[in-house]
Amino acid sequence: MRLRFRLSMLVVLFAVALSVWVPQAQASALEGAVTALDARSFAAKSKAVDALEALGEPDALPALRAMLEGMLFREKASKRVVIAEKIGGEYKISDALSGAELGQVKKAKLKKVSVNNRLRGRLQLAIGSLALNARDAETRTKSARSLTKQGNISMLPALDKAIAAETEPSVESTMRIARHAIQTKAGNQADRLAAITALDGVLDQDVMFILGTLSQKANEADPVVRALAAATLASTESSGRFYGAAETLFFGISLGSVLLLAAVGLAITFGVMGVINMAHGEMIMLGAYTTYVIQQWLPNAIEVSLAIAIPAAFLVSGAVGMAIERGVIRLLYGRPLETLLATFGISLILQQAVRVIFSPLNRSVITPDWMSGALEVNAALSFTYNRLTIVIFTIVLLAGIAALLRYTAFGLQMRAVTQNRQMASVMGIRTNWIDALTFGFGSGIAGIAGVALSQLTNVGPNLGQQYIVDSFMVVVFGGVGNIWGTVLGAMTLGVANKLLEPWAGAVLGKIFILIFIILFIQKRPSGMFAIKGRAAEN
Amino acid sequence: MRSSTILGLATTAVITLGLTTASMAAETIKVGVLHSLSGTMAISETTLKDTVLMLVEEQNKKGGLLGKKLEAVVVDPASDWPLFAEKARELLEVHKVDVVFGNWTSVSRKSVLPVFEELNGLLFYPVQYEGEESSKNVFYTGAAPNQQAIPAVDYLMEEGVKRWVLAGTDYVYPRTTNKILESYLKTKGVAATDIMINYTPFGHSDWQTIVSDIKAFGAAGKKTAVVSTINGDANVPFYKELGNQGLKAQDIPVIAFSVGEEELSGMDTTALVGHLAAWNYFMSAEAEVNAAFIKIWHAFIKDDKRVTNDPMEAHYIGFNMWVKAVEKAGTTDVDSVRSAIYGVTYPNLTGGTAVMNTNHHLTKPVLIGEIQADGQFETVWQTTGGVIGDAWTDFLPESARLVADWTAPINCGNFNIDSGKCSGQNY
Repeated sequence: MRLRFRLSMLVVLFAVALSVWVPQAQASALEGAVTALDARSFAAKSKAVDALEALGEPDALPALRAMLEGMLFREKASKRVVIAEKIGGEYKISDALSGAELGQVKKAKLKKVSVNNRLRGRLQLAIGSLALNARDAETRTKSARSLTKQGNISMLPALDKAIAAETEPSVESTMRIARHAIQTKAGNQADRLAAITALDGVLDQDVMFILGTLSQKANEADPVVRALAAATLASTESSGRFYGAAETLFFGISLGSVLLLAAVGLAITFGVMGVINMAHGEMIMLGAYTTYVIQQWLPNAIEVSLAIAIPAAFLVSGAVGMAIERGVIRLLYGRPLETLLATFGISLILQQAVRVIFSPLNRSVITPDWMSGALEVNAALSFTYNRLTIVIFTIVLLAGIAALLRYTAFGLQMRAVTQNRQMASVMGIRTNWIDALTFGFGSGIAGIAGVALSQLTNVGPNLGQQYIVDSFMVVVFGGVGNIWGTVLGAMTLGVANKLLEPWAGAVLGKIFILIFIILFIQKRPSGMFAIKGRAAEN
Repeated sequence: MRSSTILGLATTAVITLGLTTASMAAETIKVGVLHSLSGTMAISETTLKDTVLMLVEEQNKKGGLLGKKLEAVVVDPASDWPLFAEKARELLEVHKVDVVFGNWTSVSRKSVLPVFEELNGLLFYPVQYEGEESSKNVFYTGAAPNQQAIPAVDYLMEEGVKRWVLAGTDYVYPRTTNKILESYLKTKGVAATDIMINYTPFGHSDWQTIVSDIKAFGAAGKKTAVVSTINGDANVPFYKELGNQGLKAQDIPVIAFSVGEEELSGMDTTALVGHLAAWNYFMSAEAEVNAAFIKIWHAFIKDDKRVTNDPMEAHYIGFNMWVKAVEKAGTTDVDSVRSAIYGVTYPNLTGGTAVMNTNHHLTKPVLIGEIQADGQFETVWQTTGGVIGDAWTDFLPESARLVADWTAPINCGNFNIDSGKCSGQNY
């Protein structure tokens, strides 16, 4: 071990000495290769990337990364290849190799070095092999990953060297997987079979892709390799089945959380007060638009704007909700059909108002970076961050609502009015105001749901319509007048939907759920949990 | 006092009447605009209404047509399909318009077809559609499947794609397009097990399971691509889910037929970069006519952040071809204009020339672009010349033997070359 370490030290020392020895030649070759990136055809660009990779010089990394991200430009006047960063209306340019700043120029002075998907793949590979020697562990892991995906046999020596020098165990194991993955594709049969066996049970998307490729006759001539690859893939897949089931459960819970978010406001206005509010979806929409407006004010602080949007959406939707209650619904208590029609009319008015004010086009709400991507356990199980956030957000919101109902005077009065209006009135509670506040509260919660949904879907005039049917479904299924029923209803529907979807398809799955609910309501008209309340009395 | 008020009112009424007759006497050529300005489709169609208004304004600046001014008549069918038929009738019977520019969805077009055929109106339809139709009274300026879907698949095949996911929203356009594509892929030797077809409801927002299925489908060791006919609103959550589950454009590219510049302007594009779209026009096309068109559009709409898109170009070509045909015929009479428009050419915005064919479809180039972070497309591939729009696809057995030709001797929209007969149906 020590000897090998010494040897690799020697190699490194020799390489350093060599690079000191021929710095001039190397530098100009590098410069030439970087300039060649700005070739006319994609094929020539790809050749230039090959050349840079062959040089093995990490100095080329910034240029390659910039090219991948569409930040590599040619300065038209000097024909120099530069990295440009957009600042306001102008571009700040710097030398592609040295990183020396070259000032700011107008867009017209630059021509972008274009890339396509194939070239992007090639660039990632080159970056991957150059980055094996990077200082930070994360870059090394990433580079090993990209080698797993598309590395070839010529990279094995570099990879072996990197494995030998690696100190971090987790990075080392990723590198070893990359090594096996490359070895499966070429070399003598024994090496390849050993490599395939070593990959058994590795739940990685790219590894499984490679095994799949090897198990096909069109790609692999050797029948022994083919059979082993197919067997290994099957055993890996079966060990991933448990995780697949866990993932389906997570999908169900996260869909349930979205349903719950949309429905919990309705559970208060419809469930507790017995008002059929067809404009509930538009309260969600208003919340989403509030998020958009606040983001327009604070374009550089996405997280802050979201944090402000939560109370702001509550206030906006709550205020509109109270106005609807005082202006329209108050006059129609006890006449559910008229309420339904009136609130449906209000929902159309609100939609068209939004079209007039914000234009009928969707608005783009930016999602914070930390909400994109996924927490990957393995290939079969990953939790996307935005869904995780929504699940946690729903739990927190629900806890808040429960606490408010349980511990505040408003919550107490609300429950009292729900249970027995006359008695509450006799006890000195202004039932009128409690009605208005309850309706405003339910609408405000819908506004908060809008903030969350703006991170998942479109912010447009039709946002509310998409959720109104689902919301009613959840509330009716869970049991009118019971928030915990709503929670259970949403989760049941979410999980059932996700269990049905893989074999019935999204369209049929939804139909099955609807039929199930219709049958269920026939059997138990008051839903899963029914409590006595104003709605139940009627 | 009272009598003088009445007198005043009467005078006003007479003057108004006089003015109306005066403007009637000056005679304008009426251009009907049949696009939804409210309801779900307002998101796409409002822009097209503005485009037609702009084209009318530009034509009037050039002195109108046949010495008369053009006058746009705008109605709002409110994304309501039966209402489309009523409004079409109103345009033709009450307003007596000479031509109509309108519709977006196929179902709305099917709803107005009988009206246009009964009253012998003229409709220019600007959106890519599933084909399988050629009406005497409709000119299809959007792409037929062979001008969008087939070239897109060809491009991906060149890129080495062997396994296909055909994902669409559950309605007529995706279903027909996917039927055509499935049959086309099979003629190219793709096995049935390498094609996955998936439909979702309108506005579908929970893509977790489907994206996870696509991921699993793509892990089978063959290069996989998604051909998306997913409509409008469902796209944002779809691409977000793709990004979040780590499916990159390099691994599994998505080529979309319904995502254009306008749709992208309402999205956070970070998750979309590198995915593809096939159209006949991109705002980024480098041609002088295009730059001029964008300038006029920005001046008209008074917002230089607004984008242009493919259906806008279709209206631009359609409108100008109609103008040329009217000038050639010397009248706005529908039958004369119809026979005058065949063979009319007009420069399209991407630099070539569009031709109106006798099957009522255009010859246009096909472009494939990659989505960039700024919501624009970078053209990565394009046909060398124009592609002739084919009303009846060659890849479905029931329509392969049908041709549309509205000139003598065939003079019909669905001529069967085996039996030598038309089916009798008008479209």
